Amino acid sequence: MHVVYPAIVSALLFSIGVYGVLARRNTILVLMSVELMLNAVNLNLVVFDVWLRDRLHGGQVLTLFVIVIAAAEVGLGLAIVLALYRNRQTVDLDRLRALAEPPSGPGTGAPANPGTTPETGAETPVPVPGASRSGEESSGAAPRSGAGPDSGATRAGAERGSGLGGADNGGRDRAGGGSGRSRRGGVPPDEPERTVRVEEAP
Amino acid sequence: MTELVPSYASPTGQEIVFLLLGVMAVGSALLVVTTRQLVHAALWLVVCLGALAGCYLVLTAEFVAWVQVLIYVGAVVVLLLFGIMLTRAPIGRAADLDSGNRVVAAVVAIATAVVLVTVVVDGFRTAYAPLDPGAGSAKEIGATIFRNWVLPFEALSILLLAALIGAIVISRTDIRGRG
Repeated sequence: MHVVYPAIVSALLFSIGVYGVLARRNTILVLMSVELMLNAVNLNLVVFDVWLRDRLHGGQVLTLFVIVIAAAEVGLGLAIVLALYRNRQTVDLDRLRALAEPPSGPGTGAPANPGTTPETGAETPVPVPGASRSGEESSGAAPRSGAGPDSGATRAGAERGSGLGGADNGGRDRAGGGSGRSRRGGVPPDEPERTVRVEEAP
Repeated sequence: MTELVPSYASPTGQEIVFLLLGVMAVGSALLVVTTRQLVHAALWLVVCLGALAGCYLVLTAEFVAWVQVLIYVGAVVVLLLFGIMLTRAPIGRAADLDSGNRVVAAVVAIATAVVLVTVVVDGFRTAYAPLDPGAGSAKEIGATIFRNWVLPFEALSILLLAALIGAIVISRTDIRGRG
């Protein structure tokens, strides 16, 4: 077999993966595109192993290792995506801008803006208060804590996402304080409330 | 290795099968990144990874092909589908799966493809790999893993364990941080 054919297939797969990573908005679709790129690399490894007749079979063994690492990566990535969804109720990459530069130019409020935003930028993505609060919530309700952690978490997620606006806010308000209000305003306006919640959490 | 290069005009049966599978993989990969339905993207990913497993089979890497079917098609795609389900993504047609920089992404991807394909064609035009079956069987790969690659194998098992524990700790809500 000509080595060019698998190499071209792998190059095309890799560039399709590049397009997917850059153009997709949903985080899970971005993970799928990363898988495409990893598979392009795997095809290259296999074909060069076959071509070079490696006595140690380095290419195929490395392919197996890459497959295992990709499985671990997908597992961790999905856990991060689920934690993100639990805290922000979105997985769109365009809307996760907590660490972005402030939109106002540095010419006007140069001393004021960097004074506030790094603090809040460090405060906003804290997953611990939300996580521990929902932990209290799930341990407070007796049947839910009895049903095991996984089903409890998924049921809480299902409850939370059941309605887009109103029911969702109700659930969050019942759970704890003003988090419904803090979620409504998008990322930048909720920062003082998030700091309040951080203070009351411990 | 590179002495006798058969002509490109008369492809062998293996090459025809490989090219068909490659076209299938590339086409379904394009559908993965362009489809408007999230679940369909995961299912097209199954087609793409299955076609790649067929490519590995044609390239005599049998064990890698079956591992690909087991882990990618069996585990990773199911994990991705669970992720779609748990994040309550919009099932059905959704118009906002692409971000605003599609054009830039397409330009970058086409540039990447052009550069890679020209370099690869230029570099490997005379390379020919005769396929003899049995070189990638489970016996060969197992022997070489447990004879020559034992230390990376064990390190990989520890990495997998760490990733598993990390995923559990991140995704459970009733585990508190210290303090």
